[in-house]
Amino acid sequence: MSEMKQEKNRTTKNLIITVAAVFFFFSLFQLDVISETFLASFDGLLGITSTMFPPTLDEPIDIFGAAVESLQVAIMGTVFGILFSILLAAFAARNLAPHWSISYAVKTFAAFVRAVPALIWALLFIVAVGLGPTPRILALAVNSIGMLVKIYAESIEEIDESVLDAVKATGASKFQVIMQGVVPMLLSTFISWSVFRFDINIRYAAVLGVVGAGGIGWELVRASRMLAYDQMLAITLVIFGMILAVEMLTRFMKDRVIQVNAKASS
Amino acid sequence: MAETVLELRDVKKVFSDGTEALKGITSTVKKGELVSIIGSSGAGKSTLLRSINRLNDPTGGEILFQGKNILSFKRRDLRQYRRHMGMIFQGYNLVKRSSVIQNVLHGRLGYMNTLSGGFGHFSKEDSFYALEVLSRVGLKDQAFKRADELSGGQQQRVGIARAIAQNPDILLADEPIASLDPNSSWNVMNYLKQISKEDEITTIVNLHQVDFAREFADRIIGVKAGEIVFDGPPAHLTERKTQMIYTT
Repeated sequence: MSEMKQEKNRTTKNLIITVAAVFFFFSLFQLDVISETFLASFDGLLGITSTMFPPTLDEPIDIFGAAVESLQVAIMGTVFGILFSILLAAFAARNLAPHWSISYAVKTFAAFVRAVPALIWALLFIVAVGLGPTPRILALAVNSIGMLVKIYAESIEEIDESVLDAVKATGASKFQVIMQGVVPMLLSTFISWSVFRFDINIRYAAVLGVVGAGGIGWELVRASRMLAYDQMLAITLVIFGMILAVEMLTRFMKDRVIQVNAKASS
Repeated sequence: MAETVLELRDVKKVFSDGTEALKGITSTVKKGELVSIIGSSGAGKSTLLRSINRLNDPTGGEILFQGKNILSFKRRDLRQYRRHMGMIFQGYNLVKRSSVIQNVLHGRLGYMNTLSGGFGHFSKEDSFYALEVLSRVGLKDQAFKRADELSGGQQQRVGIARAIAQNPDILLADEPIASLDPNSSWNVMNYLKQISKEDEITTIVNLHQVDFAREFADRIIGVKAGEIVFDGPPAHLTERKTQMIYTT
C-alpha cells in the first residue's frame, strides 16, 4: 500500500470516530438522558426492589402448570419448525433445488420470516386463530423456520460432493448415497443447531405469554398489572430456573451428539 | 495370454463448455494388469478414469466390459456394473464423520437392497469381511475410530479397503498418492500392488509421478491433450518419451 493511501485511510478513520463521538454526546443531551428524572429514578428503583422481597407465590396461581405449558409450546414450536425447515431447506439449497429461482425464492421467504420478530408473529396468529397455546406454537415454528432454513440450506450447500462420488462409485443407489453419505455429513450440524434453536424457543415461549393468554409470561404480566412485585420476582426466578434446567439439558444433548458421532454407527 | 477385461473404443468426452478432454481413446486392458496412466495435469487422465465407471459420461465411443457396452447402461445395470469397479481417489473421499469400518462397509452397498443398505443394516458376514479387508491394509486396530482421526496415508488405505470390499474386477485409482508424502506414497502404492497381484485385480492408476509409475506398473500409458501418445512397458519409456509426454 502506498503511503498516500495509508494516510488517507487514517484520516477517514479519524473522521468516522469524531463524527460518532459527536453524535453520541449530541444524542445524550438531545434525549435528555441525564436529567433529574434519570437521577430520581434510583429512588423509585430502590422502592420497587424493596417490595420485591421476599419473593412470594402465595396467590393461588398454577405457576408450575404455566411453566410446563410454556415448555410444551416451545417443544411443539421447535418440532414443527424443524420439520418444515428440513423440507424447505431441500429447496433452498442451491445444489438440491430444482431451479436456482426456487432456491432464491425460498431463501428470500426465510429472510423475510426472520426479519419479523416472534412477538409480532404471535400477535398476528392471535388474530388469526384466537388466544391459547396455538398462536404461540405457530409463532415459534415460523420464527424457527426463518433461522433454520438458512442454516440447514447452507450446510447442505457445503457438502463435499467428491465424497458422494465415492459412495456412488461403489454402486450405491441414490437413497443409499443420501443415507450413508449426505446424512452423516449433515447430522451433527443439524442436531446442534436444532438444539440451539430449542434453547431460544424456551426463552421466547416464556415471553410470548405476554401477548397471548396462558403460559408463564401471562402470569408475569398479570402480576405486574397488580403491582405485585414480590410475585413478579418469584415468577422471574421460576423462568430463570426453567431456562437454566433446559440449558443443562441441551448441553447434555450436545455432548451426546458429539459422542454418538465419535462412535459412529456400526 | 491373459483375457481382455476392458476395451475402450474411440472414447470421446467434450464438456458442456466445449473443452475437448478426450479425443478418441482406444485401448485394451488385460486381466491382472497394473496399468499406470501418466501425463501432466489437464491431459485428461482423470476424465478417462472417471469415464470408465461413468462418474462422468463420455460423449462418444464405446467402453466394453464383459462384452457389453457400459455406456448404454441405465440405473440398475449401472449400479451392478459399478460394484465391479473399485475406485480410489486423490482426496480419499471418505465420509469423515463415520467410522473407518463404516466407510469400508460402504463397499458392500452395491450388493445390498436399497433400504437395508440405506439404513446401514450390514450383515455379520459383511462386517467380518470388512474387518478382514482392513487387516489386509494394516488398519484392523483403527476400525472403530472416526475416519478423520487417521493420517492421510491411513485414510488412503481405508479408501483401498473400501474399494477391495466391493470384490471388484477392476481397481481405478485416481492420483491416489498426489496428496501424500513420499514415505506414505510408497506405502500406499505397495499395498495397492500387493492386493492387485494377490487377488489378480486389474488395476488402473493415474499417476503424476513418473518414478512411481516406472517402479510399480506393468504397463504405462502416456496421455497428452486427450490422446494416447505412449503405450508400453516401463522399460520402453525413455527419457525422451517422458519429456515428450510432459511438454505441451
